[in-house]
Amino acid sequence: MSLVNFTTREITCKIVYYGPGRSGKTTNLHYIYGRVPESRRGRMVSLATQTDRTLFFDFLPIDLGQISGFTTRFQLYTVPGQVYYNATRRLVLQGADGVVFVADSQARQLDENLESLQNLQANLLDLSIDIRTMPLSLQYNKQDLPRELILQPVELDDALNFRNVPSFPADALHGNGVFETLKSITELVLRRLAQGAAV
Amino acid sequence: MTTSLNPKFTFDTFVVGAANRLAVTAARTVAESPGSAYNPLFIYSGSGLGKTHLLMAIGAAAKKLASDLNVEYLTLDEYVEAFHAAIAAGQGDAFRRRFQTVDVLLIDDVQFLTNRLEMQAELLRLSEALQAAGRQIVLTSDRTPVDIENLDERLISRFSGGLVVDIGAPDYETRVAILRRKAEERGAEFQPGVLETVAAASFANVRELMGVLNRLVAYQAVNDSPLNAEGAKQLLGIETRASGGHAAVASERTSPDEFAAFLTDVTTTVGKAVEAWRARIAEAILRWEGEGYRTRRLEALLEQETPIAPDEEIAAFAHDVERLRVLEAEVSQFDPQAAGQSVFRDPERLAEAEEAATRVRAGAAPPPAPSAALPFSLFAVGSSNQLAVNVAREVIEEPGRRYNPLVFIGKSGVGKSHLLNALGLELARQPGAVVACLSTQAFIDELITALDGNRMEWWRARYRRATALLLDDIHLISGKDRTQEELFNLFNLFQDLERQLVFTAPAHPKTLQGIEQRISSRLEGGLVVELPEPDREVRRVVVQRALGAQDVPDDPALIDYLADRPADSVRSLIGLLQRVVGAAAAQDVPVSAGLAREVLEGGTAAERRRTVGFRTSGIVVSSAGGVRSREKIVWDWGAPADRLIEELR
Repeated sequence: MSLVNFTTREITCKIVYYGPGRSGKTTNLHYIYGRVPESRRGRMVSLATQTDRTLFFDFLPIDLGQISGFTTRFQLYTVPGQVYYNATRRLVLQGADGVVFVADSQARQLDENLESLQNLQANLLDLSIDIRTMPLSLQYNKQDLPRELILQPVELDDALNFRNVPSFPADALHGNGVFETLKSITELVLRRLAQGAAV
Repeated sequence: MTTSLNPKFTFDTFVVGAANRLAVTAARTVAESPGSAYNPLFIYSGSGLGKTHLLMAIGAAAKKLASDLNVEYLTLDEYVEAFHAAIAAGQGDAFRRRFQTVDVLLIDDVQFLTNRLEMQAELLRLSEALQAAGRQIVLTSDRTPVDIENLDERLISRFSGGLVVDIGAPDYETRVAILRRKAEERGAEFQPGVLETVAAASFANVRELMGVLNRLVAYQAVNDSPLNAEGAKQLLGIETRASGGHAAVASERTSPDEFAAFLTDVTTTVGKAVEAWRARIAEAILRWEGEGYRTRRLEALLEQETPIAPDEEIAAFAHDVERLRVLEAEVSQFDPQAAGQSVFRDPERLAEAEEAATRVRAGAAPPPAPSAALPFSLFAVGSSNQLAVNVAREVIEEPGRRYNPLVFIGKSGVGKSHLLNALGLELARQPGAVVACLSTQAFIDELITALDGNRMEWWRARYRRATALLLDDIHLISGKDRTQEELFNLFNLFQDLERQLVFTAPAHPKTLQGIEQRISSRLEGGLVVELPEPDREVRRVVVQRALGAQDVPDDPALIDYLADRPADSVRSLIGLLQRVVGAAAAQDVPVSAGLAREVLEGGTAAERRRTVGFRTSGIVVSSAGGVRSREKIVWDWGAPADRLIEELR
């Protein structure tokens, strides 16, 4: 897909929220949805099971209006976190301009985080994308949980952030860190655009 | 009718903060290079955040940089009023002209366009004209173009086509800076913490902030003691538990503002990302693509990180496109079908286009030219044909304008073809002239060949190129419907373009049979001039020249004798002369008046017959420059009886 279309004067960013099951990807999108003025957002499409687990994916289109003469649209997607929906994850990753990896800060979830991160890398490889070239931000969600249950951002950085990408502690439920993460990934994506990598 | 710019509203007095940085940058750019960067620039923001200030600052800065710029600032209401006044006074056109010459047009508060359809149409027309002329338009509004109710879609897209930028409410730091600057401007001094306290309270816009500052200044002026932070709070009715309150307000504000902040952020990033050169290239791509040219070359530039000289590349591209245009125009003259080839639309294939044009050029032979053997200098002038010669000279002086078409009429052999070719030769001397001069028979033959070979376009183009068309013996188109049709079209084209048309005919056009009314009336429309039978003066010149050409020594008696012979045309006179010269050669005696008398008056009936019975119009002129005269080639017809038997056998 074309990120920046100079001919039609459009900028379209597809950002995928990736991460292990129950890490809070959909929560991120819900929070953003709640903050975007009604006129700016499309219908949030959520295909979830009765227990509120994302079965397929969430999709939230946001219209940022005219920026520098460009009609700017963001499309936020989440992938289903559960291991057995890998085909869906790969499908959603297709054509992504940037990835937000939402990690679960709980200490006992560390392995799931690592596994999911590896899965992201593998899926990108399947799509012939080198993870090093893909704009990526990390979000350490659920930092509001009791300290003894979670790992601190520094520890999580050590464990997950080996590429030294921007990382943000967050509490998606209350919105802390949600827009910071979105801003960060947006900047990374748009900066890539500045480098002329209009894919 | 136009508000003058407020000298206080300049960029220097505008406090720049995060919320308005983009707008100020864009405004500065526009002021520095009006019409080239963002056109139109559309600034929107809530009331009292500095739209008008910025708008006037653009005007002031532009004027400062180039004092000859015509800068107009006015609010939409003023514009509407002026328009209505102009319409009422019947000066609508003058009004439009006045605004079309403005270099930088600054219109404030365009949100009032809502429901004003007439004004919208007017503004659309104006902005189209201004943008087409590369003049700058800056508009402000309290909302985005899309949000202006009942605004024409075309205006929305036009307004959004340049740069739409907003001014946000100033953040705390900016508010402090604004307050400090304004206090300084007024020469008011406050105790530390006072301005900060005021800035910490949330005000919707800068104007309110100014109102508060005014109150503080006024208060301090009437009270001797300087105001402290606490006093300011009381004065302004700010809650004493302000700090806690602020926190609450702040957290309340952060949530709805989160998206706005995000948007501002993205705007800044995109602004940085969509660098100016990219925008310029994109604009160029849009432009050329819109005109149907391939823009791969420019698109490739966009994929580079930083091209070395984007502007030069654009210029080079434009240059190539211009060349293609020239080639296409040239080729379309010869062959409109060939001009439709895609090579003429792809600057990357310029070399191919050049080749194609060369091929077409080579294939398109110029139309037949006048014969070099019949120059003006050899045309014998006498009082009888003086008028025709004068007319011809005038046409040479001002081709296409004075007598168009010019028709020479006269009997066979009086010199029509000669004069036609002589005229053609003179016309061809003029720079850039392409003179088509040929017999009507050749014209018809060519047309038939072209029809046969399905090359009509080529044929037409060949003649359309000509700057003058001269046809000998125009009466031969009689009954040739297709030729008349084509000639009619050429006729109109030539007359429209003021290109000269010259024809010869044996009689006045209106007496010619088998020629459509529309053609004969057009032939009469210019000037019809007769070449009469040669008078003695002309005959003398002709005889003298002809004898000279035959190397016959000058013999006044012979010349006088021949010039006095009754001859109704130059050709018959030459015929007489040839007979005398022929007889002299046969008898191996010098040419003399006596011999001439003997040959011409004492000749046999058979010999006499040779001089009569010319049926065809005579001279056949080839473009190669030779002259073939049918009479000269077929001198002896022999006995008709022999011919008949020959044919019966």
